[in-house]
Amino acid sequence: MKILVCLKQVSAKESTLRLSEDSLHVRESDLSFEINEPDTFALEEALRLKEQLGGEVVVVSLGPARIQTSIREALAKGADRGIHIETENAESVDRTWAAGLIAAAVREEKFDLVLTGLQSDDLGTGQTGVILAEFLGLPHATIIMEIQIEESRIKAKRELEGGWFEWVEMPLPALLTIQSGLNKPRYASLLGIKKAKSKEMRRVTPVELGAEVSGTNALRLRKIYVPVKSKNTEFLDGTPKEAAAKLVERIRREIVSSPS
Amino acid sequence: MTQSIIAILEHQDGKIARLSWEALAAAQKLGAALNLPVEAMVLGSGLGHLAGQVAACKVTQVISLDAPALESYTPDAYCLALHGAVATRSPSYVFLPHTYQVREFAPKLAARMGRALLSDCTGFRIESGEVIFSRQLYQGKLSADLSFEGDGPYFISVQAGSFPAAQLERGENPAPVIEERVELPKDQIRTIPLERVQEAKRTVDLSQAEVIVAVGRGIKEAENLPLVEKLAAALGGQIAGSRPICDSGWLPMERQVGSSGQTVSPKLYFAIGISGAIQHLVGMKGSRTIVAINKDPHAPIFEVADYGIVANLFDVLPALTEEIVKARQS
Repeated sequence: MKILVCLKQVSAKESTLRLSEDSLHVRESDLSFEINEPDTFALEEALRLKEQLGGEVVVVSLGPARIQTSIREALAKGADRGIHIETENAESVDRTWAAGLIAAAVREEKFDLVLTGLQSDDLGTGQTGVILAEFLGLPHATIIMEIQIEESRIKAKRELEGGWFEWVEMPLPALLTIQSGLNKPRYASLLGIKKAKSKEMRRVTPVELGAEVSGTNALRLRKIYVPVKSKNTEFLDGTPKEAAAKLVERIRREIVSSPS
Repeated sequence: MTQSIIAILEHQDGKIARLSWEALAAAQKLGAALNLPVEAMVLGSGLGHLAGQVAACKVTQVISLDAPALESYTPDAYCLALHGAVATRSPSYVFLPHTYQVREFAPKLAARMGRALLSDCTGFRIESGEVIFSRQLYQGKLSADLSFEGDGPYFISVQAGSFPAAQLERGENPAPVIEERVELPKDQIRTIPLERVQEAKRTVDLSQAEVIVAVGRGIKEAENLPLVEKLAAALGGQIAGSRPICDSGWLPMERQVGSSGQTVSPKLYFAIGISGAIQHLVGMKGSRTIVAINKDPHAPIFEVADYGIVANLFDVLPALTEEIVKARQS
């Protein structure tokens, strides 16, 4: 089984986000980066399917040179080769842009299964995978918690709202977006890290992909800003003991009346 | 292009879900601002009763797309039916609720029509005749203003709680219901829906709890949970967790609060080491009093909190538990 995993490199969870002067992006110099968390579960699921059924796991990512560390990390965990779509300009909020580039870069390879995380921790649109399915002409399902492969068909457990799930079935090739928590992502071994250095990394630019790229560029980012607070939060300061005492003073009524 | 707005509503068990009413309220609000008529659209099989409910709202008409293949949702059937129906009418804007179902089919529908979807919209305003939409970025730590370029239809999915359903306008007279039978080529519907299951059989009903102490990633290790358990015990409250905590198995899934877990509205809600991603906020922002303890002063949880303590939770929890025990004894 030939599996493609789409990875995105995003700012690390603990990063302090500071805005650029034009208020159109977050300053990169302050950030450290990591693989988007839901994508790490997609990668793990792909590696497990390969161990079960044989085949190949390929990772694709787009962005500037820094994202190669994330592709190498995936190779160190066991992916077979990487595709780096080199883009210099800031990414577009119109996700047909990213999906169009990925589709153009991988279309010829005819993957049996494409996995992505359900959404990214930065833009969080949750759209790139679904649009990629459209551009590749694949059936798809989203927010998947479990996968079963049966010959040329795939069964997937979709998460629904409020603790419900739905099993769906579709023919392969297909695309699934993966929910966090469906497996335990592995760490790279020392041997894996060593091996990753010699694994194939194909680099391709949007210009080289040229006319194959679809995308609408129909959404424009006008401004990024720190959210305006909707509630007047009272912050309680002092030592931990002082802050705790102040808080208890303010919520005494609720505390005393609650059941024991 | 006709100058109109279409709101596509979702239903479950014969009822329009709350978030869909909110999507319709958003469409009405933009319609009023731009002086555009609003139409509602529902999909299914034999929806007469449901379409009637929608027709009571202030809309010019209710379009009911009807086909046997729409009885159970599949992304393929929905995209096929809606592509036809939306392309024929070519409205300026299409509003949808930001549900799991919409997240699955709407990006595909918009892309198929060569358009963009602005997902998870939290609001809009009009500036010099231009509509500027807002949504969150970086898990709610930042917000963004966006606008559409080029031709419509512009697709927008709205976030829960952003356009209160209470603002929904009723019509003076019931709107006409247009039933439209659609033909969907069977070979283009590739997904087969199988059974629906509810996994965790619930033994705790957090929605009835008066006090909830919820814990997030900030707790770092499962070994640190007793700190939170002690606080919950001192308060006589229920313990709950954010998604990552339940995913890691540190708390059972049934104690998860948020869009994929339980929705709660206790008198008192403690968010301990929870940053406040929107998926969590939608499950608890209806709580009467919210207390947040987090070391990051910019954590989005403070946007909904009544009281905040910016500190290391490992320092604050023991002191707080002690103060609460004292208060309850006195």
